[in-house]
Amino acid sequence: MPHALQAEFATVLRDPALPLPTSVISHTSRTPQKRFAVYRNNVMVGLIGALESRFPATRRIVGDEFFAAAARVFASTQPPRSPLMMTYGDEFPDFLASFEPAAEIAYLADVAGLEAARTRAYHAADAAPLEPAAFSQIDADRLADLCIVLHPSVEIIRSQFPIVVIWAMNAGDMELGPVADWRGDDALVARPALDVEVRRLPPGAAAFLQSLSADAPLGTAAESAAASDPAFDLAVNLAALFSAGLAISATHRP
Amino acid sequence: MRIASSLPASAGVGFKPQHFPAIAAVAQPLGFFEVHAENYMGAGGPPHAQLGFLRERYALSFHGVGLSIGSTERIDRAHLARLRILCDRYQPESFSEHLAWSSHGGIFFNDLLPLPYTQATLATIIEHVDEVQAALGRRMLLENPATYVRFAESEISEPAFLAAIAGATGCGLLLDVNNVYVSARNHGAEARVYLDEFPLDLVGEIHLAGHFETVDEAGAPLCIDAHGSPMIDEVLALYESVIGRTGPLPTLIEWDNDVPDWPILLGQAQSAQAVLDRCCARDRAQSAA
Repeated sequence: MPHALQAEFATVLRDPALPLPTSVISHTSRTPQKRFAVYRNNVMVGLIGALESRFPATRRIVGDEFFAAAARVFASTQPPRSPLMMTYGDEFPDFLASFEPAAEIAYLADVAGLEAARTRAYHAADAAPLEPAAFSQIDADRLADLCIVLHPSVEIIRSQFPIVVIWAMNAGDMELGPVADWRGDDALVARPALDVEVRRLPPGAAAFLQSLSADAPLGTAAESAAASDPAFDLAVNLAALFSAGLAISATHRP
Repeated sequence: MRIASSLPASAGVGFKPQHFPAIAAVAQPLGFFEVHAENYMGAGGPPHAQLGFLRERYALSFHGVGLSIGSTERIDRAHLARLRILCDRYQPESFSEHLAWSSHGGIFFNDLLPLPYTQATLATIIEHVDEVQAALGRRMLLENPATYVRFAESEISEPAFLAAIAGATGCGLLLDVNNVYVSARNHGAEARVYLDEFPLDLVGEIHLAGHFETVDEAGAPLCIDAHGSPMIDEVLALYESVIGRTGPLPTLIEWDNDVPDWPILLGQAQSAQAVLDRCCARDRAQSAA
């Protein structure tokens, strides 16, 4: 196949306004628009479908028709750059954040961000979490220089909106209803074993975990957590970290 | 280099994660499972846990959908390396890809796009199949595509084109009988004529699937390879005629959209298995006579 013909085929595939490459024919037509449209449709429906299955709660919030229209714009302007379709849509939350027709649903992009993180957690590397018993073996006098490695699936999404409950309601995990306590959420996404878990983090925990992810020792992480929210409670957070299986190693800095 | 396919000559099914609980509950009367290799290129998680489970119990076929062997650009070396790692890890009994292209200019189209069958295209594909086989250290199977348009410059028939690739590279062929039916209807041709020309001795695996039919602007049939319904009787009959000539071959049911509950998919595989069983029974009767 001449390179120029494949390039032209690819361009016309993405732009229905362009005429078909002249060498594309069928036994019934010299310009088989409807047959060529099967390829266009396969590409578009496939990409929209990939986004629909990755962002079910986002879709439920805006409705099927609106979602398909938004997904179509995204797929047209940001087609996949990799054959790994599991990564397709990593940029969809950012796209939604600046997608004018969705502007009045201010929390939409953050809910999509949570769903995108869930897929990454699903495919993240496996690692055995430390047993909660390991927590009791930590030398309490040397807590400050403890280095904790978090599970590779851990992601934190900080939002001004109650995205955990909005997501849960639209993912079918909770009944739809008014959100009683409308405040910002720090959401934790993690997959310590095989199930992807989503939970709301307590005050300061997001800064704490982000600091640990950046390889800060426990003392430094606790300081930045307390700076971000004075209500941060180190003992509670440390216990939760181990009981939730988020730590895969904890070693004292030599 | 390993042979192109060592799948058992029985029916298999394209694995879908939603069927995993049903599949894991009891031993399935299937020879093998096939997966799209690209879905297992993540680092870990349930996909690898499930694939590991299947690996321990069944023969495996890895079916690539992203290598873009028909591309006029270079094969994506990073993707080929991922494929190599996956094949090394799981040692599938077969690896197959398509006579098609799916990437161009840095964009992945997520579809299998058509090629003109010319000497120039042939040379490109041969080079790419050689490269893939060298990188994977194994022979692959190349699948005939479902196509919706033709190219004015095509000068070689599709069966002859595939035979020439296999002849030059040593690869085997994956015969998708539904694609044969779909393409023949789409190009006003006869599936049986296509199959008469097809080098059946090079077939290492068969694919069966459903499609739906509409019409083009001239009112002529337009079949779409949707993999979203049961296979039709005509495709099953074509399959039986192929198996009558080749003897039993590994046979896969593909159902990728509107995926049904497990018993329905298993039922499709059992229809194919019945064809294989009839063929074996005939062979036994003939050798006893």
